[in-house]
Amino acid sequence: MYGYYLIIALVISLANFFNKNIVVRKMLLISFLLLQTTLTIYSFLHLNLTEAQYFTYDSLGIIFLSVLTILSYTTVYHSFIYLKHRSDSNRNQCIYFSALILLIVAMTSVYFANQIGVLWVFVEATTLSVAVLIYHERTNLSLEATWKYVFICSIGITFAFIGIIFLSKALQSSGTNSLNFADIPKNLKNADTFWLKLAFLFMLVGFSTKMGLFPMHTIAVDAHTVAPPPISAFISTTLMNVGFVSIFRTYSIMYSTSIQPWMNQILLWSGILSIFVSVIYILKVNHIKRMFAYSSLEHMGLAAIGIATGGIGYFAAILHLVLHSFVKSSVFYQIDQIHRTFHSYVLSKTGNYFYKNIAGAVVMLFVLISITAMPPSGLFVSEFLVFRAMFEAHYILALVFILLLFTLIIWAISKNIFKMLFIKSDNIIEENTPIHVKSYESITQFVLLALAVYIGLNPPAELVNLINATINNLPK
Amino acid sequence: MINVLLITFLISLFYIAIANRMLTFVRVLAFQGVLLFFVVFLRLNEINTLNLVLILLETIFFKSLAVPIFLGYILKRNKITREAEPYLPNFVSLIITTFIVLFTILLTNVINDLAMDKIFFIVALSSLFTGLYFIITRRKIVTHIMGYLVIENGVFVLSLAAGAEMTQLVNVGIMLDIFVSVLVLGIFVNRIGDTFEEMSVDNLTNLKD
Repeated sequence: MYGYYLIIALVISLANFFNKNIVVRKMLLISFLLLQTTLTIYSFLHLNLTEAQYFTYDSLGIIFLSVLTILSYTTVYHSFIYLKHRSDSNRNQCIYFSALILLIVAMTSVYFANQIGVLWVFVEATTLSVAVLIYHERTNLSLEATWKYVFICSIGITFAFIGIIFLSKALQSSGTNSLNFADIPKNLKNADTFWLKLAFLFMLVGFSTKMGLFPMHTIAVDAHTVAPPPISAFISTTLMNVGFVSIFRTYSIMYSTSIQPWMNQILLWSGILSIFVSVIYILKVNHIKRMFAYSSLEHMGLAAIGIATGGIGYFAAILHLVLHSFVKSSVFYQIDQIHRTFHSYVLSKTGNYFYKNIAGAVVMLFVLISITAMPPSGLFVSEFLVFRAMFEAHYILALVFILLLFTLIIWAISKNIFKMLFIKSDNIIEENTPIHVKSYESITQFVLLALAVYIGLNPPAELVNLINATINNLPK
Repeated sequence: MINVLLITFLISLFYIAIANRMLTFVRVLAFQGVLLFFVVFLRLNEINTLNLVLILLETIFFKSLAVPIFLGYILKRNKITREAEPYLPNFVSLIITTFIVLFTILLTNVINDLAMDKIFFIVALSSLFTGLYFIITRRKIVTHIMGYLVIENGVFVLSLAAGAEMTQLVNVGIMLDIFVSVLVLGIFVNRIGDTFEEMSVDNLTNLKD
């Protein structure tokens, strides 16, 4: 099945590249989405099956693939809306959708890769395909952001590769060279901790470029600034999940070695610093996409802390990422409509959004509640679980520090969103230009936000089982 | 013999540090590819055809022919001949490269691992840090790609030092990744050259808070 999936998806992507007819393009995308759905259901029914030698349908992969498949539908839908309101050439639209399909395929392959080398190759593939999408608007700014993104990601991915080399060096003591995720933990029992530590450090830094953790967060933020909003939704959610999956797998292969407490320390500091940096920037940011990009940095930091604390923290981290994906993607779909209303992403040029687009304004209000993790929001549950895990692991000081930082984030985001919603701004230049926003475009965001609330408050048994299976896979 | 080749590789790093003309830079990179080919060739215990073809592809074809030719094309298209106004003078570059090499030699001697080829490790880490150093201190964007390629060469040596036997598929994937990323970076360099007057990182400072 997986081999067929790869081949068919590549063919569809290629066909999209050459096809100029819009009806055919829609048919091709629908067939791709159906293929993606088929793979999701198939993988769910065939848990732990290995196909095409390098891909295993394991529980962690299935969780994030389901998220990706749901978001693929909405992203394709909003991409069409986004492109309809722009005067891009037909050629650029072909490239856009072709790259989008490649990106989805690459991300799916990362989720299911069962060998660290294969995972590495597909992480690099996500960089290359998303670079095309970031550059879509063809402005000087997008050129700058794309250059930085490709270049830093290439360096980061090289670092990850150095980490893999060190890992294989550590594996040599056991006399095997298998880099399969299932085999590595058994062979690492007597490994030299020096090489293991080096390997973990390099791989963490390398894959951080994808997850957007400190200190590699800047490129993801810059990419958000210029990317088309539907693509920002992907960069902030599924692509960051790619980074998380890579880091989580790295962590779980070294979980049973003696460096585990040390890894926890590193992840904890990485998470705390990520949140700290995001707070500093969020307090002074004046660009709506950058604001939510820093908010993603904060949530990724929290997920890293969730892994670092262990216990219920693993469960919370994965749940948090699933919920964050739904909430954050709906934010970026809505930002597209905000941009069409105000013709700007700059916060000081927006205002009185309730008057201009009531459906969108209600979405933003719900988003504010969801993203700051106020009680009915699903994120409240997962954040609460992370805090509980920190409390149980006796990281009290860190917990207090993070709670203080979170208060600042709630203040900063609420201030900006309320200002955008209710206060009439003097800076709006084109007061009388017609607004091309239909209220039905907000439906997907309501659905995604409701989904986040539902999953958070009442997690389906399948999801809980999958997360538990993932955590139990951590070798004891 | 391997030691001689690796030391030549190390010397080529010093040569890059003082090289003024971009074309020299490209030629040294191609030369490094040839050196790497012989290093792998001598290190191979048994030669089967598939392995030989892969290594030939990776070192001679990609590192010594395809990438340098492509870089030469970029230089010609954008009419770049020399590295104008580096942040630091060449002499300082040379001293810093020397310190990097000294530092890696000291670092390698600290590690107590008898199974390791020290010279491989020294060369690999030196070119890794020198590549990073080039990226930090040069303004031309093309030089950044070249720094990246120096890092890649270092990683190649490192993978030999660790004696890692990657599966063939991964090898091919890595090869293609490097090639494609250089290609993509090259395309963007051309765009940057078309958009801005001068291909300098000073033009790329508009994204900030």
